[in-house]
Amino acid sequence: MTTTGKKRLDRQTMCNRLAMEFEDGWVANLGVGMPTLCSNYEFEDKDIVFQSENGLIGYGPLAAPGQEHPNLVNAGVQYVTMKPGASILHHADSFTVIRGGYVDVTVLGAYEVAENGDFANWKTLGRKGGGIGGAMDLAVGAKRVWLALEHTTRDGQPRLLKRCTLPVTAVGVVSRVVTDLGLFDVTPNGFLLREIAPGFTPVEVQEMTEASLVLSPDLREFQGA
Amino acid sequence: MIQRFRSTVEPSRLRANGVHQHMKNKVFATFDDAVADIPDGASIMVGGFGPPGLPQNLLAALIRQGAKDLTIITNRGDQTNAKANTGHLVELRRVKKVCCAFSASPHPSQRNLFEELNESGELEAELMPQGTLVERMRAAAAGIGAFYTRASVGTELAQDKETRVIDGKEYVLEYALPADYAFIRAHTSDTYGNLQYDLTQRNFNPIMAMAAKCTLVEIEGDVVALGGMDPNHVHTPGIFVDRVVKIPPPPEGLWTFPSDRRA
Repeated sequence: MTTTGKKRLDRQTMCNRLAMEFEDGWVANLGVGMPTLCSNYEFEDKDIVFQSENGLIGYGPLAAPGQEHPNLVNAGVQYVTMKPGASILHHADSFTVIRGGYVDVTVLGAYEVAENGDFANWKTLGRKGGGIGGAMDLAVGAKRVWLALEHTTRDGQPRLLKRCTLPVTAVGVVSRVVTDLGLFDVTPNGFLLREIAPGFTPVEVQEMTEASLVLSPDLREFQGA
Repeated sequence: MIQRFRSTVEPSRLRANGVHQHMKNKVFATFDDAVADIPDGASIMVGGFGPPGLPQNLLAALIRQGAKDLTIITNRGDQTNAKANTGHLVELRRVKKVCCAFSASPHPSQRNLFEELNESGELEAELMPQGTLVERMRAAAAGIGAFYTRASVGTELAQDKETRVIDGKEYVLEYALPADYAFIRAHTSDTYGNLQYDLTQRNFNPIMAMAAKCTLVEIEGDVVALGGMDPNHVHTPGIFVDRVVKIPPPPEGLWTFPSDRRA
């Protein structure tokens, strides 16, 4: 393949790019795994309130080793700290926050995303069970659903598709996607390529994408790469 | 056809002393005493999200007690990452059904016995969104028969469920989910069972306490006399609580951290 040897974006760079778009005062929910890296971004004078579905509003960085509080974890069961002004809810109220539209953005991981805004992140092929957690509630309740995922599978198969092949988590909800090859908006015309990883061409990114990409008139190099 | 929940436990078994007296003392001396009458076939809500709020001591007592054919209602049923957890009951083949938000590990390489038993049909796992899980419990607690939610619309989970368009958006009908028993953990209690939780120990626990017919609580801190708790700071009123046990020091008591002894 023509892209062999070129360096794809690392996960922190990917998540920084989404975090860069968070606006002052937003309430943000980060999915388990890669999306939690969004909280490492230096928000400077922007106040972002991180909300966790186990009933924690206003959590801060991970607790230092030896400083963990036994009753203070985030949704990924990581021992965290609290920022001044933090609060605690029980689970029913926490999902009131989520389904009720109080979350400005959720960043989730995914196996697949389709050009119509469907995505799949709870069940893989050939397995009876799955892991939903709060993803289906977040997907229908958050004001914005953004995804962070690798552009292709380990086998090189595309994850940005015309239609999802795996059981979906929600339909038509995704508005923005970051991968290790670029930043995309989901539009009525499909995936809009807005920013591209350094060294890659739109043709190369299209070769690794099943859906047809639309190139932004303002297409530029990936910010923060 | 959606299968509704049916209790298999006689109502008379669910109160400690038969007659319910106002402000009665609900403190049990041991965890073994507290779980002694739980019958085979009982449905049990198990609180906690990760280690915080996980009723390890009640689960350990239930494992010793031997009840089987259990229905477990909990965030995920496969966990064995504490000295006593719901995954241990699964490993002992004492669970027939689990209602949960996770029925498989995130990655196929972490496949566990829970998943194998679910695939073979030995264990039934009813999977649902986490917000739906807790709202179904809340509905049961509040005397609400069912409710509509947008979570799972358009997914395979909604395939056989009733849907309705409300104000231009599609919703899925979900039924109340009650239980015979709730096992939860809290920080402080009085003898009547008024509870206060510590930080994210709260999670599902207040909702489970309200949704179950008989709620058992393990207490990390003090069990104080009546009047010892500020009513302004009671998270779960004692009317929702039936049995209280204070966690003994380690090694007899199971604590989240080995060094944890905050009394």
